[in-house]
Amino acid sequence: MATESIKYVAPDTENKVKTQVFPRPGQHTTGLVDWLTTIDHKKIGLMYGLTALFFLIIGGIEALLIRSQLWDHNMTVLTNREYNQMFTMHGTTMVFLVIMPLSAAFFNFIMPLQIGARDVAFPRMNTLSLWCFVAGGIILNLSWFFTGGSPAIGWFGYAPLTDTRFAEVIGDMGPDFWVFALQILGVASLLASFNFITTIINMRAPGMTMMRLPLFTWMTLIVSFLIILAFPAITIALVELMFDRTYGTNFFDFLEGGKPHLWQHLFWIFGHPEVYILILPAMGIVSEVIPVFSRKPLFGYGLIVFSGAIIGFMGFAVWSHHMFTTGMGVVATSAFSMLTMLIAIPTGVKIFNWIGTMWGGRIRFDTPMLFALGFITMFMIGGFTGIMHSSVPIDAQHQDSYFVVAHFHYVLIGGALFGLFCGFYFWLPKMTGRMMSEKLGKLVFTLMFIGFNLTFFPMHYLGMIGQPRRTHTYNEGHGFETWNQIATIGAFILGVGIVIGIYQFVNAFFNKKLKPAGKNPWDARTLEWTLSSPVKEYNFARTPIIKARDQAWENTYGPKDNQSEKEPLDDHGVHMPDRSWWPLITALGLFGMCLGMLFHRNIDPSGELVRNYTFAILGGVVMVTGIIMWALEGPGGYHLFPKEDEE
Amino acid sequence: MSDASAHALEHHEPVTSTGIPNKKVLMWAFLGSDCMFFGTLISTHLIYRKISATVGGNFLDIRDVFDIELTSFSTFILLASSLFMALAVSAIHKGNLKSTRWMLFGTIVFGAIFLACQVYEFTHFVHAPGNELTLSTYRGEPHVFGSTFYVLTGTHGTHVAIGVFWLLGWLAYSFTGKMSTAHALDVEICGLYWHFVDIVWIIIFPVIYLMEYAM
Ligand code: HEM
Ligand SMILES: [Cu+2]
Repeated sequence: MATESIKYVAPDTENKVKTQVFPRPGQHTTGLVDWLTTIDHKKIGLMYGLTALFFLIIGGIEALLIRSQLWDHNMTVLTNREYNQMFTMHGTTMVFLVIMPLSAAFFNFIMPLQIGARDVAFPRMNTLSLWCFVAGGIILNLSWFFTGGSPAIGWFGYAPLTDTRFAEVIGDMGPDFWVFALQILGVASLLASFNFITTIINMRAPGMTMMRLPLFTWMTLIVSFLIILAFPAITIALVELMFDRTYGTNFFDFLEGGKPHLWQHLFWIFGHPEVYILILPAMGIVSEVIPVFSRKPLFGYGLIVFSGAIIGFMGFAVWSHHMFTTGMGVVATSAFSMLTMLIAIPTGVKIFNWIGTMWGGRIRFDTPMLFALGFITMFMIGGFTGIMHSSVPIDAQHQDSYFVVAHFHYVLIGGALFGLFCGFYFWLPKMTGRMMSEKLGKLVFTLMFIGFNLTFFPMHYLGMIGQPRRTHTYNEGHGFETWNQIATIGAFILGVGIVIGIYQFVNAFFNKKLKPAGKNPWDARTLEWTLSSPVKEYNFARTPIIKARDQAWENTYGPKDNQSEKEPLDDHGVHMPDRSWWPLITALGLFGMCLGMLFHRNIDPSGELVRNYTFAILGGVVMVTGIIMWALEGPGGYHLFPKEDEE
Repeated sequence: MSDASAHALEHHEPVTSTGIPNKKVLMWAFLGSDCMFFGTLISTHLIYRKISATVGGNFLDIRDVFDIELTSFSTFILLASSLFMALAVSAIHKGNLKSTRWMLFGTIVFGAIFLACQVYEFTHFVHAPGNELTLSTYRGEPHVFGSTFYVLTGTHGTHVAIGVFWLLGWLAYSFTGKMSTAHALDVEICGLYWHFVDIVWIIIFPVIYLMEYAM
């Protein structure tokens, strides 16, 4: 992006190790090398998003196979084992490879723009996070091709399903792939979260106080804290499981003294905060969109921030509501039941705030707003069923029935996915510089809304009349058929809607015929809308000085005192850190190490188990080399000299 | 052009909103997260400690296996290493390279002694005559104590080992002639990590070792 005004300045050579093998890509790198070595938070965000959309298609195909199998009683589209693999892979993919990375895509792309930062605090670490995510996605899906195929243990991997002794296929590697994939994905999420926390705490533009932060940035911060505090529980549980499966420890092995129950606790101590990790970003997005399309400031900003924090905090104290039927004892069960009911309060507060924002506003029903309204209504239904099964006796009826499936799809699709689609329709003009077709967008919304409700609303009823979840078929005579068929039809409609949506997003990047977006097509309120679309690689030519919440809005409509100023142009220019190969290489090393660990066991001709760590160690060496070279190479950098208004 | 590249060479720590350097915030966030890692491991151990004692027929009195004198010694060594670390940080802040080097060296040596003790301890336990404690057995019968014990203390040991390598990195760097007070922050962050790993051991030692003698 070398416009005329941008002088080229010799890159900082002092801090740079010139290696022959991997010369550091310079300022003018383009094409594939640019995408592989980029440290630009915007490009990283885009790659996160596109990869996640790809996995959304994969996970969607898995879902449609599940729905086809349930079309009628005793269908044979999938065998029972294949069915179990499908719902395991579907769940794991959707949670870890779709919703979380889609959220991460927005965190990456939007959050630094909202706080007036040049980039995140540690750009190269951000790249490493991206490649770890990609590596994790690949490892999970490699499982299809090896002994036993994909894991058939559920996204929750309950013990003793993961016990090697009970494997349906001898030498089943599926759960091993699952364990390693989730560990790498954990690394990716942790790295990203450390980065976001540091960025939000430390890199706000002058005047951008915490209580002026846009809501989406607030939710990024809270989610990042949830991730760094919740992921350790599952990471350790996975390490213990890995030791059980690889070295024969007895953590979850009930025949040798272990407690499968412990796995459930560790999983859900992570798992419940995880559901808030999935929903809070969507809540953040919706909290940005609703004020814009109601042309009113957010009603009760402080309350929304506070209730978000409370939700995050209390999210750590309700995990056992997933285990009401495991016999934890009366006291624990009642306590968790009560806390679960309590957590609905801050959730309700947010909903009233959004309604209050719309109240009396001049509402425009553009596509982002439609998705935001879809979010509120659908999420509410999911919330209601959630409160229903916070009551222990009721939950005893719901547990493991389709009712629960209905609940969490209302919060996850109707909630999280609608919220993220809302984000795409809202922010893609900023990312691509082009407006998308409103007509097509409304079609996507209609298809998704109808398809989604057709699929999941009947599941409430199916659950009530007794259809169990995680079961590959049902017999004739229960009266399950009709509603299952409606659900399957709905699922295909939803699928078509999503595919058109993805087509529309990708198209926006390439179709030059689309209308240019300009800086602020929606008349939106936050700082990112003061920049050109697409955003320049250096973000802000001059650091903005923030005077108010909703800075972009204030600049247009606000009183003089509230209009932002800009720091004078720095005659040093804008410092841009250099691209780097080392994050990619470090991630490759980690990837190799995991593959090495997955395949280190062999049975020699005499039937003995031989362990061969060569490949794992090789991977480790590559990883460590990557880290050392990374440390030695330093941030490097070059300077750009944009003109005052070039942003 | 030469003028501009001279600017490019200047390196100033970026101004941050809180005044705390980015790297420090990062390390604190990581340590917060690491607390949860160890918290999970320690809870696993505490949950299993009593339950596992009666499984498999052999009542496990871990005192038959533990070598509390050795562990007390290595605990003392690890705590002492923190003193060296603190002195190293203070020396680099003052720009005293020679002292920094020696203090780093001291930390590394003490860290290494601790690790050596742990390796000795592990091999000793696995082969304790008549009382073999392995990852999955005690006296040849299935048991969980070994699983939780080795994985927990092993994870801590890994942390120490990473710390030792990190410090070795700084020691090596101090001989390149490039090290100055500009690196004080980096050494300080390394120190934060080292002290944290130390503090974790201060919890592990009473909870995993001493408690077996009290209860
Ligand atoms: C009002 C707030 C909520 C309450 C009170 C609530 C309550 C519950 C309860 C009690 C269960 C266990 C049901 C059972 O297995 O018998 C459950 C399951 C579940 N919830 Fe929620 N929930 C709420 C919001 C959410 C949100 C926001 C999400 C995600 C975005 C979510 C995702 C899930 C998932 C994925 C499961 C099923 C996990 C599994 O068994 O595989 N919930 N919820
Ligand atoms: Cu939950």
